[in-house]
Amino acid sequence: MAMESTRFALTVGPVLTYWPRQSMLNFYAEVADSSADTVVLGEVVCSRRHEMKPDDWLALATELRTAGKEVVLATQILIESESDLRTLRRIAEQREFLVEAGDASALNVLTQGGAPFVLGPHINIYSRSALHEHARLGAVRWVAPAELPLASLAHVNPPADPVRARGEHAPALATEVLAFGRLPLAFSARCFTARHHRLSKDQCEFRCADDADGLLLSTSDGHPFLALNGIQTQSAAQHCLIDAREALHAAGVTRLRLSPCAQHFDEVVTLFERVMNQGAPATEALQALGAMSLPGGLANGYATGRPGMQWAGA
Amino acid sequence: MQQPPTAALELVCPAGSLRALQLAVNAGADAVYLGLKGATNARNFAGLNFDGPQLADGVAYAHGHGAKVFMALNSFATAGDEQPWYRAVDAAVAAGADALIVADTAVMAYARDHHPTLRLHLSVQASATSHEAIDFYRRHYGIQRAVLPRVLTLSQVGHVLRHSQVEIEVFGFGSLCVMVEGRCALSSYVTAQSPNNTGVCSPPSAVRWTETAEGVESRLNGVLIDRYAADEPRGYPTLCKGRFEVNGRRDYALEEPTSLNSMSLLPELMRLGVRAVKIEGRQRSPAYVEQVTRVWREAIDAARAAPDRFAAKPDWTATLGHLAEGQQHTLGAYDRPWR
Repeated sequence: MAMESTRFALTVGPVLTYWPRQSMLNFYAEVADSSADTVVLGEVVCSRRHEMKPDDWLALATELRTAGKEVVLATQILIESESDLRTLRRIAEQREFLVEAGDASALNVLTQGGAPFVLGPHINIYSRSALHEHARLGAVRWVAPAELPLASLAHVNPPADPVRARGEHAPALATEVLAFGRLPLAFSARCFTARHHRLSKDQCEFRCADDADGLLLSTSDGHPFLALNGIQTQSAAQHCLIDAREALHAAGVTRLRLSPCAQHFDEVVTLFERVMNQGAPATEALQALGAMSLPGGLANGYATGRPGMQWAGA
Repeated sequence: MQQPPTAALELVCPAGSLRALQLAVNAGADAVYLGLKGATNARNFAGLNFDGPQLADGVAYAHGHGAKVFMALNSFATAGDEQPWYRAVDAAVAAGADALIVADTAVMAYARDHHPTLRLHLSVQASATSHEAIDFYRRHYGIQRAVLPRVLTLSQVGHVLRHSQVEIEVFGFGSLCVMVEGRCALSSYVTAQSPNNTGVCSPPSAVRWTETAEGVESRLNGVLIDRYAADEPRGYPTLCKGRFEVNGRRDYALEEPTSLNSMSLLPELMRLGVRAVKIEGRQRSPAYVEQVTRVWREAIDAARAAPDRFAAKPDWTATLGHLAEGQQHTLGAYDRPWR
């Protein structure tokens, strides 16, 4: 019972890379059967990607909700055009599912509508006052920026004195952190995948679909360094906090985000559930995750304020 | 209040020091922007920026010569140690700065609540790429101007402008960030320090140059950023400008070391109603700032006088080319050749 009261909710983050429609549906069929609590859906990286249309996402959202999952719809992170804004409004103005804001455009639409919302990891919340500002406007949960150390999270939203959502007797804002997956490090107007293939962005031939986990970029001396995912640049290493259970608790984290990868993701969810919520030892799980990791291995430096690429042993 | 479209295009120049500020003002800057020493702004370099007395002197000098002073307070307040950012807001007000350039809602809220008449400009670090995003900061914090990220095309700039109720400032010349500012953690991934958390990118303290059998190598906290043959020009190892391998091909996989120069677009920027053009480079020398300011002053005056006949003069282009250390100039996203 003691474990129950301190359960970490597991969130499946949005799929950041570009998969064929059938792969996507297969993936979410597995997620539906997994121990994940929450699923974040939507294309957040590139508006040109079209394997899943807005109606497909909504249909999937309904299915996952029926399967017992909380569903959150995420908006695109880099908004550039009026067409991007139209898609954003369609998501932000529906009332069936909670929305995760990808940028300030989404915040503007959401706060005008008065709906509660989740602060996505690319809304720059670095202090308690910034979180309070957004809570006042309707935020009910925040996903911390990846580079923020756990010690800072404890200052932003301390477990003993949390920021509260607006309204009387409002609940504390939940803190969610990226606990597994390649780190989304940067965004550009330029598509690096198209650039690599010597294609223009508007005639990209959707080559990002060739690489289910992104296109590996290595240093000239052969070390995996980054992964190109269209306009997004990710870390090659997979960020992994599976052995930081106590530190996460101490920092007031109640939700863990697992960012999808093309292989073994169901095992990732299972391992996190066992270690974080069922008391299984982290050592073996860490070994298993290391063995199945993408080129670049595992990293956790950000959690302790070190370079994000580093692995710091407990 | 939004300025009417006929308002003159303002030339906003960088001041990393009092000397740079004075030279920029003398060379015709309409406004200079500066930051305090420390992590409160996005150019946190040793030997750069202003202390209290220098700030007072700088404001007095600029105001005495009819120029404005904008203070950049555009990094994100550190959790548990927000006071330096709040004190910087107070310092800007006390010194009589004409506007604060801000990115963090914590800082904006402090300014709104404690200094409601202080003019706020939305920093490029706030990553507002659409009119909806800009409107969010206008509605909640009363920002009066937004600096657009360097990722938008000219037509996107025009679109944002037509739908915005605040003034728009764009980048005109200097280093080019290929990533959306305020949303780039590449530097902290390698060094723990980033523009958002400490106001630096690819910090000099993490740079090592080594002579090897394969050439001269530049590393950032041990990560090989580039390797140069004997006859190749060497650049500062900003990590997005390094050469890396993708599928066995070594290349500038993210960004070539080019520099932004949008001078040829001046008449178009004016026609669109852009309120100000910003020169990047608080980390540059006073002499650099003076020369760039002088050239851009001449260009803006020429474009205002005769927009239809405007063309960048060869000696302007040559001066700017020389100052950019032989790098190629590009129109950056304004002309998005990769689209």
